[in-house]
Amino acid sequence: MKKNNFIKLLVTILITTFFFGKAYSSSKDLLKIDWSFAGLTGKFERDSLQRGYQVYKEVCSSCHSMKYLSYRNLGQKGGPEFTLEEVKAIAASYDVEDGPNSEGEMYERQGRPSDHFVNPYPNDNAAIAANGGAYPPDMSVLAKARTGGANYIYSILMGYEEKPAGFVLDDGVYYNKYMDGNKIKMMSPLSNDLIEYTDGTNATQAQMAKDVTTFLTWAAEPHLEARHRTGTKVIIYLILLATLVYFSMKKVWSRVDAEK
Amino acid sequence: MSEHEYVPKSKAGKWFNDRLPLLSLGAHLSDYPTPKNLNYWWTFGGILTFCLITQIVTGIVLAMHYVAHADLAFESVEKIMRDVNYGWLIRYIHSNGASMFFLAVYIHIFRSLFFGSFKSPRELIWIIGMLIYILMMAAAFMGYVLPWGQMSFWGATVITNLFSAIPLVGESVVTWLWGGYSVDNPTLTRFFSLHYLIPFLILGLVVLHIWALHIPGNNNPIGIDIKKPSKDTVPFHPYITVKDIFALLMFMIIFAGFVFFSPNVLGHADNYIPANPLVTPAHIVPEWYLLPFYAILRSVPDKLGGVVLMFGALFVLIILPWLDTSKVRSATFRPMYRQFFWIFVVDVLALGYLGAMPAEGIYLFLARITTIYYFLHFIVVLPALGFLEKTDPLPASISEPVLTGGLSAVPTRSDKIINEKK
Repeated sequence: MKKNNFIKLLVTILITTFFFGKAYSSSKDLLKIDWSFAGLTGKFERDSLQRGYQVYKEVCSSCHSMKYLSYRNLGQKGGPEFTLEEVKAIAASYDVEDGPNSEGEMYERQGRPSDHFVNPYPNDNAAIAANGGAYPPDMSVLAKARTGGANYIYSILMGYEEKPAGFVLDDGVYYNKYMDGNKIKMMSPLSNDLIEYTDGTNATQAQMAKDVTTFLTWAAEPHLEARHRTGTKVIIYLILLATLVYFSMKKVWSRVDAEK
Repeated sequence: MSEHEYVPKSKAGKWFNDRLPLLSLGAHLSDYPTPKNLNYWWTFGGILTFCLITQIVTGIVLAMHYVAHADLAFESVEKIMRDVNYGWLIRYIHSNGASMFFLAVYIHIFRSLFFGSFKSPRELIWIIGMLIYILMMAAAFMGYVLPWGQMSFWGATVITNLFSAIPLVGESVVTWLWGGYSVDNPTLTRFFSLHYLIPFLILGLVVLHIWALHIPGNNNPIGIDIKKPSKDTVPFHPYITVKDIFALLMFMIIFAGFVFFSPNVLGHADNYIPANPLVTPAHIVPEWYLLPFYAILRSVPDKLGGVVLMFGALFVLIILPWLDTSKVRSATFRPMYRQFFWIFVVDVLALGYLGAMPAEGIYLFLARITTIYYFLHFIVVLPALGFLEKTDPLPASISEPVLTGGLSAVPTRSDKIINEKK
């Protein structure tokens, strides 16, 4: 293909990328944080994940389930990496319904690391009824289920403001700068010093929002670190192999080019 | 196709080959005379074969863990992502693989359009290719339904509802497709079954596609008939294989970039929300590779009209060999077609963009203009160009300059060689 055509192609690709990029990016400018897990070699901050779990446990989990996670996940590599003892203690702090036993009765027992995160409500309808008609979404994959991902969640947590004059809100509905339509049924869940971090970090609203968002991102993508690591190796391998093949190709084709 | 007098060296080989000439087939594939001036746009056939095999292999493994049930599908996908060893890798390869497959097939199709590879005597290769393309879209659409997220469910609802536009029997057809009165578990299970079947149909068609290709042999960038084998050709192995592998590795680097570093960028966030028949997403958008057709569908105010036009957009592609009246294949020697080709590329990209936008206001207006132009290109421009266009003189062979003296409009690789020799 001649150079002219190649340039046309490049220009077309550039224009398309620009437009499609705009089409796919969200309409509102979200708050952006320099996340440690972003980028090609991004990793989670272990401390932040552990604090994020604490925020989830003490704040979010009273309404939001996380049904695809098990307590054992908290000790897995690439996650918060609690020790086995800590994971066992966390699991044991929950009562889990099990059964039926040999008498045919359901019974409660202490949680084990293999148990799924305990759901705050017996079923979805109970969750809806307890929250003024709005279902508090399951948080297992929330970070992947919203355009903008981590930035979106962080923005929502930090986006509560006084409603502008003239903006009509029903009872139990709150104003949030980043929510679609600016109306949200969850009241601002975080405020300064709402919880006391076990590691002594100052629990500001921004700190908690950042930690819990990090935790939710890990929950949605528990193998992110392995993915980044493997990806780097795979691409280096492919580049090396391609280089070898390139020179083999030059050598093989030199016979044809020399013929003339 | 050159006649092979291939005789295996070993006695066992000869015994086997006399009964089933697989070794002769191997020898044919290896010696297959290929134009030596094929550029990198020709490497996408091999890349597409790689894509198909990748999808089949990863798909078979996924099917071992996936549960085709409306209540369990979403959860089983999450299990694959979390608990199956390297499940995240296999699923991300499969989901991004679909996009990469379409990226490659679009390049492959536009290459054919530019260099006139669909023209006589290669019409059947083209038509089989178009059937593969249509099956690919069906497979991709059904595959997107399987995770049973919001976009899965609502995409399935919108697309299957199209068939209700058929006069008289439309509603019954839709009920039959759904296996009920709405998209539900029976829809999911049949989509899973068909999603598993279609790739093997595609594989069969790929064999026919390559078989049909090996009768006239490859077209080439200057689009002229060449003698085979001759100074203009090289044996497929090692010349084309090594080049195909190099191009494939380049492609795999891009592929790996998506899989490992932005595996969800080509998908829609809403599909990580479990399907909910009571909540309609704000915008129901198909995957990017279906967007041009979606734009055509929505540009017509009438449902039946939209469906007819959408299928018409595929139909004009199928009959393309008889719409393009020019005897000259390669756009290299067709100064007017060359311009119209690029206008067409921009038109299709614009349709894709408009398909992702809401169907209202300026977007709807532009979608109508680009839809009309899409059909004008096939029904008016291509037939007319054959009569109106003054094509540039063709070279006599890949190795020789144009008969009339001047060099071709585009110095090909071999022309350059000749110039240097002079």
